[in-house]
Amino acid sequence: MTAADLTRDASGIDGAKQRAIRGIFFACAFLSVLTTLGIVVVLLEGSVDFFRDVSFVAFLTGTEWSPLIEPREYGVLPLVWGTLVITVGSAMIAIPVGTATAIYLSEYAEPRVRSTIKPILEILAGIPTIVYGFFALSFITPQLQRFLPYDIGTFNAAAGAIVVGIMIIPMVSSLSEDAMHAVPDDLREAAYGLGATRFEVSTGVVLPASLSGILASYVLALSRAIGETMAVTLAAGMAPQFTTSPFEPIQTMTAYMVQVGISDVSIGSVGYQSLFAVGMTLFVMTLGMNLCSLWIRSRYREEYR
Amino acid sequence: MSDAEVVSESDPFAGTSDLDRKRTIGRIFVGLCAASALVGIVALVVLIADVLYQSWGWVTWEFLTYPPSQFAESYLPGGRGAGIYPALVGSIFLIALTALFTIVLGVGAAVYLEEYASEGRLTAFIEANIANLAGVPSIVYGLLGLAIFVRAMQLGSSLLAGALTLTLLILPIVIVASQEAIRAVPDSQRHAAYGVGATDWEVIRDVVLPSALPGIMTGTILSLSRAIGETAPLIMVGAATSMFVPPDSPLGPFAAMPMQIFDWATMPDATFQHVAAAGIVVLLTVLLAMNATAVYIRHRFETEL
Repeated sequence: MTAADLTRDASGIDGAKQRAIRGIFFACAFLSVLTTLGIVVVLLEGSVDFFRDVSFVAFLTGTEWSPLIEPREYGVLPLVWGTLVITVGSAMIAIPVGTATAIYLSEYAEPRVRSTIKPILEILAGIPTIVYGFFALSFITPQLQRFLPYDIGTFNAAAGAIVVGIMIIPMVSSLSEDAMHAVPDDLREAAYGLGATRFEVSTGVVLPASLSGILASYVLALSRAIGETMAVTLAAGMAPQFTTSPFEPIQTMTAYMVQVGISDVSIGSVGYQSLFAVGMTLFVMTLGMNLCSLWIRSRYREEYR
Repeated sequence: MSDAEVVSESDPFAGTSDLDRKRTIGRIFVGLCAASALVGIVALVVLIADVLYQSWGWVTWEFLTYPPSQFAESYLPGGRGAGIYPALVGSIFLIALTALFTIVLGVGAAVYLEEYASEGRLTAFIEANIANLAGVPSIVYGLLGLAIFVRAMQLGSSLLAGALTLTLLILPIVIVASQEAIRAVPDSQRHAAYGVGATDWEVIRDVVLPSALPGIMTGTILSLSRAIGETAPLIMVGAATSMFVPPDSPLGPFAAMPMQIFDWATMPDATFQHVAAAGIVVLLTVLLAMNATAVYIRHRFETEL
């Protein structure tokens, strides 16, 4: 850069042009800031309109959600509950499976096996979510109906949680593996030197040493599960309700937004504005988790410098 | 590990049975981890097998060249002919337009961050902001697109509004990928160009961008293959679920493959499951072609450099 500055100062040729070009590039980069700002403003504006008609307390504490049909109720909790069911359910699948996969890839697998499994998991991560939704409808739910002795409907929370769980396995496994990979070999060799077995090294040394990276991957994957839309809409249905049964239909926040999106709700109606209030709730939740993940990881980075 | 130490201190040969136990635990653990690594692979195989099985016989030439129909029989071979044509063309137009915007904006932002920006607070802020944007759920981008492009800018539910929304969605990924590609250009090349009197812009245009291009293209195509499967933002923007003609102008309405698949998957008539599966086969084929192109570019130019 210094060389460039010298050249520019000495010659003074087209300084204005250089500044203009720099300005254009800066504008491109600044667009990302504007995007964030745009998201916040759009969500806030819509929410403000919504809360003119609906009390904030009723929204956050109400237990009935029915903004499109009479009698209208605006309690967001059933949607939050639906989202939680899917998130917790998918975590129960993705966290153990993803972590064990990461341990296998990082600590046990031979390079050849590793370089086969990793791209396959990447493919899994690249499949559109609508395809997962279809998979839940056409395969997972029928299998659940066939093998479980319960009355399981076409739309059920279990299928949604399973399919989202599968979807976020690659996220957990690849980020956790990166974290395990970053653990210096010195630590492993020291443990081996003390007579530790491979199992003890994996669980007693590598796991604790990479714990923050692994936790960050969990938080990120869960945040993805919260924001997941098409798969849960197709799999888990559109029935906002509190239920502890995984075989009943539920509705997540995202599925509600899809429901409004595909119906003819008139612009400016409370139903339309509720989109933004629910979107705001979703945005705040995922943003909180993403920041949490960043924070965990930034702590971890300092450890092995 | 502390157990092992105690044992070895008292009598180095007393721990044999303990060692056997540890070996067993170790073996079970490896087995579990390897099995977990297989879960993702099995899920992928089952998913693809399910889609292929459901779509068997339904992906015909007519399916690729006819507009959709309300009647499931029309899709059958020998029927009146119905298919995915308008959505297929719509998706291709949508992605082409998105590609145009993302390359310009994404590369612009990456060039600013890598070539111009100093290591200041503003740069750190922009980069943190980009990282956060990558974690915002796609449906929230849909709301942004709905409020800004569809309504405020009066673009309506047009191809252009859809493309702009998808652009904002994948921009963070494209920027990060382009930054990596630009960073990989050796400084010596830049210095050589500055040494012969090139300006910043000339260095970027003639040195940095040409050698970073393969990396940028790979990253962009991979992000676009994510964009082509996105459904939720298009629903919010109001893309049509059934269009009988391909879009004729950027300002006109459009259908896209994931929307069309969603529409078929939610039809009450179970026969449409097969039609949805056939649509997924087409979508995944386009996706595969895009990924193959990206891999080819990466491979081709990596060996040359």
